[in-house]
Amino acid sequence: MTRRGRLALFAVSAAGLSALLLWAVAGLPDFGHFQGRYGATLNKVAVSERHATNVVTAIVFDYRGIDTLGEEFILFTSVIGVALLLRETRDETGRIHDAVRSDALRLVGIAFAAVLFTIGLYVVAHGPITPGGGFQGGVVLAGAFTLVYLAGDYRAYRGLTPQPALDFVEGAGAGGYAVIGIVSMLLGSAYLHNFGPFGTPGTLASAGTISMLNLATALEVTAAFVLLFTEFLEDLQLTREQSA
Amino acid sequence: MSYLPYALAVWIFVVGIYGVVSSRNFVHLVVCLTVTQSSTYVLLLAIGYTNGGTAPIFADVPQTSKAVDPVVQALTLTDVVVSVTVAALLLALAIQVQKRRGTMNPDELRELRG
Amino acid sequence: MDALVPLPVAIPLIAAAALTATGHFLEKRVDDLTAIAASAATLVISLLLVFHAADHRLAYWMGGWKPRHGLAIGVSFTVDPVGAGFAALAAALMTAALVFSWRYFDEVGTLFHVLMLAFLAGMCGFALSGDLFNMFVWFELMGAAAYALTGYRVEETSPLQGAINFAVTNTLGAYCVLIGIALLYGRTGALNLAQIGQTLAGRSPDGLVVVALTLVVCGFLVKGAIVPFHFWLADAHAVAPTPVCVLFSGAMVELGLYGVARVYWTAFAGVPGAHDGGLRDILLGLGVLTAVLGCVMCFLQRHIKRLLAYSTISHAGLMLIGIALLRPDGVAGSALIVIAHGLVKGGLFLCVGILLNALSTVDELRLRGRGRALWPVGVLFTLGALALAAPAPLGLFLGKSLVEGSAAHHSYGWVAPLVTAVTIVSAGAVLRVAGRVFLGLGAAEDPLLSPEPDEEHEVAQDPERSGVLMLLPTAALILAGVGMGLVPGIEHHVKHAAETFTDRQSYVATVLNGANEHTAVDSLSLLTLHASSVAWSLASLVGSVLLALLALYRERLVGRAARDRAYALVGGGLDALRAVHSGVIGDYVAWLTFGVAALGGLLALVLT
Repeated sequence: MTRRGRLALFAVSAAGLSALLLWAVAGLPDFGHFQGRYGATLNKVAVSERHATNVVTAIVFDYRGIDTLGEEFILFTSVIGVALLLRETRDETGRIHDAVRSDALRLVGIAFAAVLFTIGLYVVAHGPITPGGGFQGGVVLAGAFTLVYLAGDYRAYRGLTPQPALDFVEGAGAGGYAVIGIVSMLLGSAYLHNFGPFGTPGTLASAGTISMLNLATALEVTAAFVLLFTEFLEDLQLTREQSA
Repeated sequence: MSYLPYALAVWIFVVGIYGVVSSRNFVHLVVCLTVTQSSTYVLLLAIGYTNGGTAPIFADVPQTSKAVDPVVQALTLTDVVVSVTVAALLLALAIQVQKRRGTMNPDELRELRG
Repeated sequence: MDALVPLPVAIPLIAAAALTATGHFLEKRVDDLTAIAASAATLVISLLLVFHAADHRLAYWMGGWKPRHGLAIGVSFTVDPVGAGFAALAAALMTAALVFSWRYFDEVGTLFHVLMLAFLAGMCGFALSGDLFNMFVWFELMGAAAYALTGYRVEETSPLQGAINFAVTNTLGAYCVLIGIALLYGRTGALNLAQIGQTLAGRSPDGLVVVALTLVVCGFLVKGAIVPFHFWLADAHAVAPTPVCVLFSGAMVELGLYGVARVYWTAFAGVPGAHDGGLRDILLGLGVLTAVLGCVMCFLQRHIKRLLAYSTISHAGLMLIGIALLRPDGVAGSALIVIAHGLVKGGLFLCVGILLNALSTVDELRLRGRGRALWPVGVLFTLGALALAAPAPLGLFLGKSLVEGSAAHHSYGWVAPLVTAVTIVSAGAVLRVAGRVFLGLGAAEDPLLSPEPDEEHEVAQDPERSGVLMLLPTAALILAGVGMGLVPGIEHHVKHAAETFTDRQSYVATVLNGANEHTAVDSLSLLTLHASSVAWSLASLVGSVLLALLALYRERLVGRAARDRAYALVGGGLDALRAVHSGVIGDYVAWLTFGVAALGGLLALVLT
């Protein structure tokens, strides 16, 4: 189809689609007046049942924990997929090449990386209590590693993130989540049943397997994003080297 | 007036798809896909909103206070991760296309047809 | 026994994670063995679930969250024989594909096996889940693994193009599903299929329900490769490694159609007007369009993998026809077509894989006569083609006869001759390939067939491959597909499974109220042969053989003038059809938008 033909087809279809969608959303309850029993019930019972004050985290890791298992593995799979797609093929070899030369920048960068790392750990640990959790904290932790590359050099970054270690942590995080579910089964309940200990709501050691799954997710997400970033960086280094 | 957030989600959805259809650059295409995805966030979160409700986190507010729907928030979280992963895969593919064919224009890939 | 339910998902995932974690320290063949073991274990467990669920549906609540006062607060895996059967089919095909791939993908370490295991987990999760958002999650997992596997050969551009087309269209389909889920949540406050169905039942559908149905169905139809959402499939199949194509054609596409059927019968079947002729006619129309377009495009290909891909599209149309009848026997027929087609098509793809490995090409014309040395493959390939032609009682016959019978019973008498015609064309194409490649029949040139970029190697370094390990799974799949109809009792059991599948009230009772009704299934009878079905099947067999010979020898059999006239008549149409399949992602997305808008408009007309 010519570009014009395609856009014409789309214009007509988009008009129809918009009309349908606007007709559909007209049937939704008024904005701000939603009364879903599902959400309301969980808001009422989550704290007392699971001693987790962050209801969203309780849903993510307990009430709908199997969704998160799938989601975690989607991330896992795409990172493996990116590793497959950006792999070095026979006709490519590359060397590493750094642009940053300033020691002051390196020093400040590393210091901030340490701070960022701590913040990441804080966000992860407080998942069941306040906004935060494995996914959010994991991304911050991965950011800390990225800062090492940005402010420092590629060698230091790769030194901190050896491939076997990253693969191990990622596999352990993802597999750990699934295995905790099996542990619940071995203890006689359903898959991913929260077997405690529940602790006091609002403290760090609470909510049972929610905290454990939270930690497993954090490990997996951190490793996954560092791997992702490494894959793209490696490819960039190769391209730079080839055009240099 | 209460119709507006939902209509916004519809607009973002359609505009995103327009971006994909008319795109001349793979990176632009991936970003437009992300825009389309974000319309689902807007729709989900708008649906779950309760007037006067606070976040469903009861660490420092009493348990009985009015909170928005937590389920859609959990769904959106999952959604965001899915979006990231698809974007990563597509960008990796785009990089390889650039390396092999030297072009980032979807219209110039014509090897598979018929 | 109920404890087995989460395992078809948990086992492949744990195996995938373990392979990644320990990949650097493993000995050479451990990843192959682990993947095959995990896949085989999943197969065994899924089969056990099929038998366990045969007389009563299982509602397994993840995390132990049983419903409270009829409100579902957790995620359920609702297992019935159809769902468990799909998981078993996926696992069987995966095991065969992994055995075939022994040492094939060594160059990438554990990456290939991890992706395949994740793919398997996604398929099993999708088939077993009883929660709409949970289905979406497994749908995306399938997708993530599939997009990466399609683009495996990164040294060439066409795999990248195929992978991009696949990824963008399927992702947009997934976003449509997501909007549908959001709309349904806004109306029903539920994500559990039974709960959604209960809330929607009995109330006249308004804009929200109609559009939500459209969006969810369209999203799954993208995966199911139904026209006009089908463009991605031929591109993806043409370039993906053959073990991966086995799974795409054998299970992944069919799961899209399963998704449509599952969501319809649990969430929408109770809506007034949803069971009437209007919806049936629309879905039938889509099925017919897909079946016809698929078989025509199939016949025009010389790239064998692309040819088989269009054949899959055509069969997806046939499966949709069975589902579209909105009756249990139609569903039973579709289920049987899915099983037989999955096994046979998987085997055909593996045959092509052997040809590619030995002869470095998948172009039908370049392969002319060169397959003679590989005569065992030739025998299997021809058997597969004949199974597609479905002479009674072999191959796809049982499924087709049930669909034809159901259609005729409900006054859609034109379905049987249409199905036969479609079969003649698509099976004829595969027989033509068999004749040309393995017997050297036919001309060396054929201007009717689309020129396509050929494929020379699937992997960069071809290791020493064991012929036995490649031939064994191929033979297993083809023979299983051919002989499927002969399994004692299969027709009765599948019909019973379809009754369970389409019974919304008992689904709700099992899921929300914990009912545990057992319905006895006892039969080892062989399939019943109706005279009309046998007649149609004989017509398909004879017709496809004749068509194949006509295609191979048309220069000798048909005079020049007649051929020129025929070409003048249809040539323009065929060229236009080919031009529409442009390979450009912008075009595909425009058609997708058109499809959603058109389907939504039609559904609005018939349901409100």
